[in-house]
Formats: sequence, C-alpha cells, structure tokens
Amino acid sequence: MSRILSEKVESVEKLSRSIYKMTINSEYIVERAYPGQFVNIKCCDGINALLRRPISICNVDKEKKCIDIVFQVKGIGTEYLSKKTLGDKVDLIGPLGNPFTILKEVKNVAVVGGGIGVFPLLYLLSEIKAAKKSAFLGFRNKDFVVLKDEFEKNSDKLFISTDDGSEGSKGLITVPLEEQLKSSKFDIIYTCGPTPMIKKVVDIAKENEIKCQVSLEQRMGCGIGACLVCACKTKSDDGWKYSHVCKDGPVFWSNEVIFDD
Amino acid sequence: MTDLSVDIKGMKFENPVIAASGTFGFGREFKDYTDLDMIGGISVKGLTLESRQGNKPPRIAETPAGILNSVGLQNPGVKGFIRDEIPFLRKHKTKIIVNIAGNTIEDYCEMAEILSDEDIDGIELNVSCPNVKKGCAAFGTTSEGISEITKKVRKYCKKPLIVKLTPNVTDIKEVAKAAEEEGADAISLINTILGMAIDIHKKRPVLANNMGGMSGPAVKPIAVRMVYEVAQSVNVPVIGMGGISNGDDAIEFMLAGASAIMVGTANFVNPAACVDVVNGIKNYMKIHDFKSVYDVIGKVKLY
Repeated sequence: MSRILSEKVESVEKLSRSIYKMTINSEYIVERAYPGQFVNIKCCDGINALLRRPISICNVDKEKKCIDIVFQVKGIGTEYLSKKTLGDKVDLIGPLGNPFTILKEVKNVAVVGGGIGVFPLLYLLSEIKAAKKSAFLGFRNKDFVVLKDEFEKNSDKLFISTDDGSEGSKGLITVPLEEQLKSSKFDIIYTCGPTPMIKKVVDIAKENEIKCQVSLEQRMGCGIGACLVCACKTKSDDGWKYSHVCKDGPVFWSNEVIFDD
Repeated sequence: MTDLSVDIKGMKFENPVIAASGTFGFGREFKDYTDLDMIGGISVKGLTLESRQGNKPPRIAETPAGILNSVGLQNPGVKGFIRDEIPFLRKHKTKIIVNIAGNTIEDYCEMAEILSDEDIDGIELNVSCPNVKKGCAAFGTTSEGISEITKKVRKYCKKPLIVKLTPNVTDIKEVAKAAEEEGADAISLINTILGMAIDIHKKRPVLANNMGGMSGPAVKPIAVRMVYEVAQSVNVPVIGMGGISNGDDAIEFMLAGASAIMVGTANFVNPAACVDVVNGIKNYMKIHDFKSVYDVIGKVKLY
C-alpha cells in the first residue's frame, strides 16, 4: 500500500563548492523510474525543513539498484541532505511526475540545460540509444560545471558555456545552440533550467519548427497533486488554466505552456 | 476494546481524525500512500460555485516549522466536484465533508442548497480564507458577519453545518458564539494565520500574493489555546486543527475540548499522516486505559 519509502544512502559526494551527488539504494524506484521524473525527499526528521524537497533523478543504475540525485545546497533542507552518509536512511516518495517522451523515430536530439537543470538531462541522454545526441549545458562559472565526463560519455557532441567564460564559450548556451542549427537539424529539443533560458530555447525550437519538451520548476508542497501550489500556466479550450508541475509535469510539450507569469 | 468513534450532530465518524480542507485534495491523490477507509472523514478542497484558477505562483513558502500558502481556492467548482469526485469518495468508509467558499452570501446559500441533495455527510463553511480578495475572509472576521452568513446558509443547508473560524480576530469566543446562536452544528478552527515571508536577496515577498496563510507545527500552541477558549464558550462540538502531525498533538486538542481534529499541513510532509494520527490516538488511549474518546475530550485540568 504505502509508497513512502525509507531507503539506504550509499554515498554522498561533493562535486563542487555547493553541489552534491547522493546515491540511494532503491529497488522500488529503479524498477519504475523514467527520465524527467523526480523524488520528493524529507531532508531531516522532525519539524525543521518541514517540506520535502523535489529533486530530479540524474542517473539510474539497474544492476546496483541505485539512483543518483544531484542537488545544490541552497538552504537548511539541502544542507541537512548534504550531511547524510553511507548507511543513513532517507524518507522519500517517488518516482513522481511525467517523464520526457523518448521518440523512437528521431535521428538527432539536442538537450539544453542550465545550472542544476542539467541533471535530469543526463539520465535522459543515457536512455536515448538510437539517435545522435548533442548536449548544450550552461553554467554560471567553471565551479558549477560538474559531471562533465558523464555528459561526454552520454552524448556525441558536448557544448559548454559559462556566464563569465571561465569554461567553454562565454555567454548564453543558446548561442552555440543557434550556431549549430545553421548546419545541423535536430528532430527534438529537451530543455530544463532557468525560465529565461527555457523561454529562449522554446522560441528557437518554434522558429526552426522543432519539437520541444520543457521540464519546469516551481515551489512545491506535497509533490502528489493535492496541495495545488506548484501552478504553471498551460493552454486550455477556453484560453488558459493553471496546471501543476508535480502532477501534470514537470515535463510538458513546449506548445502547451504559457510563459507570461 | 478502544472505541474511537465520535458523533457530531449525526455525523458518525469511526474515529475523530479528519483530513483538513485544502490539504488532502479529494482523497484520490493519497490512495497510493494510505488507507482512506481508516480516516474518519475528509474535508475536501474548498469549493466555489464556479471553478476557479487560484492565485499566481509561487503559492508556498517554507517558514520555521511551518508554511505559508496562497493557493487562492483553485477548484473545479461545486458541480465538477459532484460529478467527478463524490462517486470515488463514496466507495470509502470515510465521511465526506464539503468545504465551501463564496464571493457573496448568496453563493454560499446556493451551494448549500445544491449540496444538501447530494450524497455527502456535512458542509463546512469557509468564511475565513485569507487568500482571496472578495468575500470569504471578510465574513469571518466579525461576529456580525458570522451571524449573518450562518443564519442565511442555515435556511438552505439540510446537512450538518460546520462553521470554520479564522484566528485573525480579536476575540475568537465571540465569533464562535455568534455561529452557535445562528444554528451552526459544529465549529472548526483554526484556519490559517495571515503571514508574510520576504526573500531578502530579491527584496520581494516569497509569495506572488505577497501574503498567505500560515500553518504547520509552528501554529499549534495558538490553535490549542483558541480551541480551548471556544470549547469553553459554546455547547456545540468543536473540531480542532492547527499543526497536528501525530497522535500526541491530536490528544492535546482533544483534551482542550475538541470532539474531533483535522490534520492539514502534515499531509504534505507525510501522505500517511492521518492514519498515523489515528494509530497514535489509539495508542495513547490504550496506555491510559481509556475506553472511549469521550474520556479524553475536554478533560484538561487547569492549574
């Protein structure tokens, strides 16, 4: 009955100044997860950091029955989470939300990620087997560039940009994307990251008539579609409605979403 | 044998635990995480006459031992609820309480009239939502407002009528008495406390609505005090809520005078919270050898 899991932490690895990777042993999640889905984790017992934290799945190891999640320490919840060690238990529910759609017939895919939005795209890349894969990843500076080897391994072409040019090209990641589009054709673009970046990617996809899926973020409560706080505007028969990122998303087709809030 | 059942004006709950409105959807969202048959009742997401989209996001902020929300009554409307949700809920043993909110008193009356013909167990008047601009909150903040709305809705409501009070008043006892005098069958409290949180780096409120309703463990002592005050002031049953996460919390409210309790914010953290609270109450009663919840209700001894 209950899908509230208590799972064993295998490791917590510091990837950079504020970014951590946690490996969790969970047969339940491994058997059910798809790229784009997330888990909702209780960071500590008791009433501190009261709400669960939604964190997307970054990798699934079917043999070891483990999942990886990567998170940035931003407040007390993620601070607690970063201090877990081997053998600790974590209280989590998942996998939650709708995954990315992997189309069988496509030949060229692109993923465009920004900041901590890149991590669900790594899991997606690892599950796309038949197409040529280009990954475009944007970060604030070189300190935030993590898991580069894994992205290299799971893509055919990797483009990195940073705001200050300390690694890869300088500026927005949509610049190399547009550059590539002059000579290459993508059948689908998947994107996750800051809203301004997502908007730009959606515009580029539209101009080039490319299918596009976006993974959205919003402050969440329950993660299971009950509290209705994680609202996002989507198209409906009579104009627009508020859908919910946890249950209706986090992945949407770009033409379903209205970006004006 | 421990008897957890309570009777609130003909609503026979198998146990005194009710999921609070706005924190449990329409029940179905929780079916994979907990046994709905084990929960005494569910007060469904607050309904309005017509469907509503609610407020702009962000709608939630975490605060010390609590949260602020400003959902703004996003709901499918009373007819959508009747069509899509009652059949599912009725398959379970849990009692169905329908929480209603309106812009005008006429809205409340119309909803009460429509719902009185439906297969539900009770109606809860939400006269205290802090997150909508028109109506609703305004009715609940004065004794006169509560008197007027309770009196008018009572005429149309053929189901047990619960009036849910806001804590954002000077004297909760007077407001509770006003509801009782005009025919409320029970009083539930507390709704959320109006609060605010500011993002110091952006220098803007966290909630797009600027302010929101505060709930969670942080509000519990305020809620216990108010439940005690109201239970001392009225004769109708009181349903207590505010920061209940476990059986011990629930017992505190019952000792203060609550005949039943509602579990709210805890459902977001622990989707099995309601059933955990039921088991916690049962456990407390066994330890103290209480046979019925009536051995607990209102039994606090003041110094």
